[in-house]
Amino acid sequence: MTSIDTPDRRLDGNALAGPLLELFTIDLSAAMATCVHCDGTAPLGEQQLYADAPALVLRCRDCTGVLLRYSADSHSTGIATVRADLSGLRLLVAHVPAAGASR
Amino acid sequence: MSTTTRGFSGRRRQRTDGRLPPGQYDVGDAFPVLSAGPTPRVDLGTWDLTVQGQVDHVARWTWEDFTALPHEDITVDLHCVTAWSKFDTRWRGVSLDTLLEGISPGGSFVSAFCDGGYTTNLPLADLTGGRAWAVDGYGGAPLEPVHGGPVRLLVPHLYLWKSAKWLRGIAVTEHDEPGFWERFGYHGYGDPWREQRYAGG
Ligand SMILES: [Zn+2]
Repeated sequence: MTSIDTPDRRLDGNALAGPLLELFTIDLSAAMATCVHCDGTAPLGEQQLYADAPALVLRCRDCTGVLLRYSADSHSTGIATVRADLSGLRLLVAHVPAAGASR
Repeated sequence: MSTTTRGFSGRRRQRTDGRLPPGQYDVGDAFPVLSAGPTPRVDLGTWDLTVQGQVDHVARWTWEDFTALPHEDITVDLHCVTAWSKFDTRWRGVSLDTLLEGISPGGSFVSAFCDGGYTTNLPLADLTGGRAWAVDGYGGAPLEPVHGGPVRLLVPHLYLWKSAKWLRGIAVTEHDEPGFWERFGYHGYGDPWREQRYAGG
């Protein structure tokens, strides 16, 4: 089985950066993500995002395996429930400001 | 905090005839396409549909076999967990009663499996009694790939994520085994009339 290329339905992973800020304190677009399925490694922002689903689904650009799933559902109480499945990410490497480092 | 996905509370077109489950809105003539991955390209020459798993024998149909099975026309309402409902949709397909006829199930659950790796779990009983179909036609035409063609499962009394696109088979399982969205926390059964969206609410 192969896939019909449907670029109209696919975004690049950079579109995931904003939503992930609800849970993480840094922009993860440049973080290197390693796929649990094929060991392929690329910046999170260069993976493939499917946004027309009940949750955001990020897939590996090499093997199309699922890297992560993420959703945030707002409630009338003003609270949102964030749900993240990170099981397709074998490794995530990011560069962040060091705690206590002088600037 | 913003809602990053479609959200589960509709506030758009409503119906007053009792056909709209709680928390849903009427999407009208639109047919939103939800896709969690690439659309599979299916070669009908090698395509097959199987009933397997905890059964005494595997049943298999080629595309030619499947198209020769008795088909029926079905008009049903659809309810998507993302809160849209679509009314009086017209499908054509094979009843699951036909596909499951004569099997000796060694379990009371199934996992529907698909091209692209998608799975969803259902009680076997929900596929019988004229309540579920393997459909290859929509609106008088062959079912388009974006809507799950060549063949998708249609189980209209449950949320639409149970009506798996690009269906390749039904595996009978001894235990209820969570599928793609169920492992993300979606409800194991998914009854729209009881708003069974997430497991545990
Ligand atoms: Zn991969």
